[in-house]
This record gives sequence, structure tokens and C-alpha cells, in this order.
Amino acid sequence: MAANNYYDPADLKNFGKITEWSEELGTKFFDYYSKVFEDGALTAREKSLIALAVSHTEQCPYCIDAYTKDTLQRGVTKEQMMEAIHVGAAIKSGATLVHGTMMMNKVNKLDG
Amino acid sequence: MQKLKTESLHKRHSELAEANRQLEILSNGIFKTGELSTFTQKLTDTHQFPLRPKKLEILQINVGYMCNQVCDHCHVDAGPDRTEIMTKETMLQCLEVIKKTGAHTLDLTGGAPEMNPNFRWFVDEASKAGIKDFIVRSNLTILRSNKKYYDLPQFFKDHNVHVVSSMPHWTRGKTDKQRGDGVFDKSIKALQELNAIGYGKPNSDLRLDLVYNPTGAFLPGDQAGLEKEFKKELFDEFGIEFHNLLAITNLPISRFLDFLIASENYEDYMYQLVEAFNPAAVKNVMCTNTISISWEGWLYDCDFNQMLGLKVASKIKHISEYNEEQLNDRNIIISQHCYGCTAGAGSSCQGAVI
Repeated sequence: MAANNYYDPADLKNFGKITEWSEELGTKFFDYYSKVFEDGALTAREKSLIALAVSHTEQCPYCIDAYTKDTLQRGVTKEQMMEAIHVGAAIKSGATLVHGTMMMNKVNKLDG
Repeated sequence: MQKLKTESLHKRHSELAEANRQLEILSNGIFKTGELSTFTQKLTDTHQFPLRPKKLEILQINVGYMCNQVCDHCHVDAGPDRTEIMTKETMLQCLEVIKKTGAHTLDLTGGAPEMNPNFRWFVDEASKAGIKDFIVRSNLTILRSNKKYYDLPQFFKDHNVHVVSSMPHWTRGKTDKQRGDGVFDKSIKALQELNAIGYGKPNSDLRLDLVYNPTGAFLPGDQAGLEKEFKKELFDEFGIEFHNLLAITNLPISRFLDFLIASENYEDYMYQLVEAFNPAAVKNVMCTNTISISWEGWLYDCDFNQMLGLKVASKIKHISEYNEEQLNDRNIIISQHCYGCTAGAGSSCQGAVI
């Protein structure tokens, strides 16, 4: 770990090394991971944009670094990238607000 | 607001206009400390050193560094202020070689090759040699820059020229950012004119390919995926058709190296290139089937080595003494910029190599 930071950009280059401490699981993970991002019913480009949005909702600096670059490489424009992040943000805020119905139900039951 | 692009590194007297300074940067730092393997080491580790030519397939002739554009990424450092132009005398020497070469492709590049005052004469003469594939690398905007160039699409058609043109993105913003204000609109107009006379149409023999290279410090994505996007967007928005998209990696030399250093992306970019090294791409890199000829008639392994002043490692160094058999018996000169051609699916003037 870097002396003064929990996150070090250089660690992203070492992601593959997690396999060294658990080879079978690490290998299975990376096989699965690379398969997920291949062209399928969704294009690799569409998957990259989903990954970019999720990277933000997960607030993973490594993922944001990686998928910003990946989407750029696939020709995605900054407007498209920002819209994808808004989709993630909308779900995040929606997921918060929709729980307001629980609060409303509880209030209604307790306090009429 | 887009910046106005007007001057080459040469004109600005930048230290990066000097090939030796570029080579020095590429050999020092992370490569000198051993943090990253040099290209020689990488080829040695993968049992591919020294790199040797295969059968010669492509003669690439750079007819001059003058260009009407000053693009951010340009490895030639081309621009309106560059005065290096191939003379008719050197063109005559090239024609002698074109008549007897075993190469099936002739590839004219620049600068904007159309700005050479003897361009039309040269194309006219060279097209008589019966070369199978005759490429002219046109930046498109030159076709709309002055009335004297307006008839070039028809000229290309009359000589069955295969047009290969740069187009870094299907959006105006990204294209103009890299190539200058107004480039996108002029390029679209030029492409529509080429389409109108039959270029780029499905099943047409009039070949029109586009070259994509990234607008920043990242590698090109999958060529087929990008081609699909380009075709859809350019057709839906402008009715433009073309044949193939060639995805080319920006090599860390000249103006792109200048950008990498100024934006503090140099080390990260070199890491990207080295980590993406693909031994399988080495077998097909363009220097193994191409000879690059400079405006002065000097011979190089590729256009990038030409810009770095790295002449072929052969007794035959000039077009005037050209001997294909002898020239093919040489080791290819390499440095760290070569990582740009071996990253991922590889990169060449013909696009991905695997």
C-alpha cells in the first residue's frame, strides 16, 4: 500500500497478480471477466458503457480509470459517457428515494 | 473554443523537431532504468530478434512534408511551413524502381501528397507501371482547399487510385480537436464528392478507406467494432459510404510525443504500449513488407523510421542505387517507438495486422 493513500493508480497494473495468491479462483475470475466483455447479445462497446456507469455507482477509482480509457478506445464520445453516468446516478438516487415509500408506509401505520 | 493550429515543431524550433532528441527520450527514463523492457529486449525474449524483412509488398513514397493542415498527432510534423518536397528528378528515379519492383502496392503519402507540384504527372506516370494497388493518402480537406484541387476526385478515378483518408472520428468536435477547425465539415464534403463519383460504394472497385487514430493518449479499440460505428454514424448522418476502416496506433514520436510529454501522459502511454505488446503482431508489422522512400530518395524501414532519421541498415541507402534483393537482406532498425506497431492487434499503414 502506498504510504499516504488507500488507492494507488499503479496498483491497477497489478490487478492480475491477485491470481498469485489463489490461482484457481483468480484464473476463473479473469476467464469469466474477459468472457463477459466479449461481443454477445450486447456489443463490447455497449458493455463498456454499462461498465463505466457501474464503475461510478460503485465509486471504484480503478474501474473509472480503466473504463474511461476503454470507452474512449471504442470511440465513445464524452457526451455519451456522461449520459451513461447519469443513468447510474438516476438509479442510485431513485433507489434512495423509492425507499421513501417504506418510510411513508411506516408513518401511516404508526401515526395514521 | 478550438485552438488554431498553424505551426510545425520545426517552425517553432522545438527540441522535439530533432530526431536525435526524440530517440534520446525514447531510450532514457523508464527504459534506461529497466522499469520497462526495451523493444530489442522484448524481441529477444520472444525469439524474434533481429527483425528481418519478408517479401517486399509495398513501396511507400513520401513526396513531401508540406501539408495544408497541422494535426496534433502528426508523426511527420507536416504543415504549410514545411518546404521539403520531392523533386521531379527523384520522382524519375522512383519511377524506374516502380517499373521493376516486385511490390504489388504503391503508397503515396506526405504531408499532403497533392501539394507536390509534380503530383499529377507522377501519378500519371506511375499508374502506367501496372501496379496492382495504387494508394494515395489524402487528408480530404486538400480536395476542398483550393479550386485547383477540386477536380482531384475525378483525377483519382481516372487513374484508378485507391484513396486512403484520415478521419479520427465521426463527430465534428473530436475531429476538429485533432485536425483543426473546419476540418470535419470539409472532410465530409470531400467524402460526399468521392462517393458521388463511385468511390467507397459497396462492390465498387474505386476503393475508399478511412484511417482512424485515437484523438488522445489511448490505444485504438477493436478495428471491426470501430468500423461498424463509423459506417453507421457517417451513413445515418451524412449518407457517406466507405470500404474499410484502418485503425492506427499513434506512435510516440514527433508531435504526438510532444503532446504526451506536455500532458504528462508519456510514461502511462508507454506502459500501455508495452503491456499490450503482442508477439503475434510482430510477424506482420509493416516494416517486414514495406520500403519507405523519403522526399530526398533515402530508404527507410517505415515512414516512422524516416521521421526519426533511421536509414535502412543496408549498403543500399538511396533510390538511385536501389537493388531489391540486396535491400531485402537486412536487419530492420528498431527502437521503443516500435511498440506502437505491436500493441494489441498491431498497427500499420494498412491498419491492424492480425
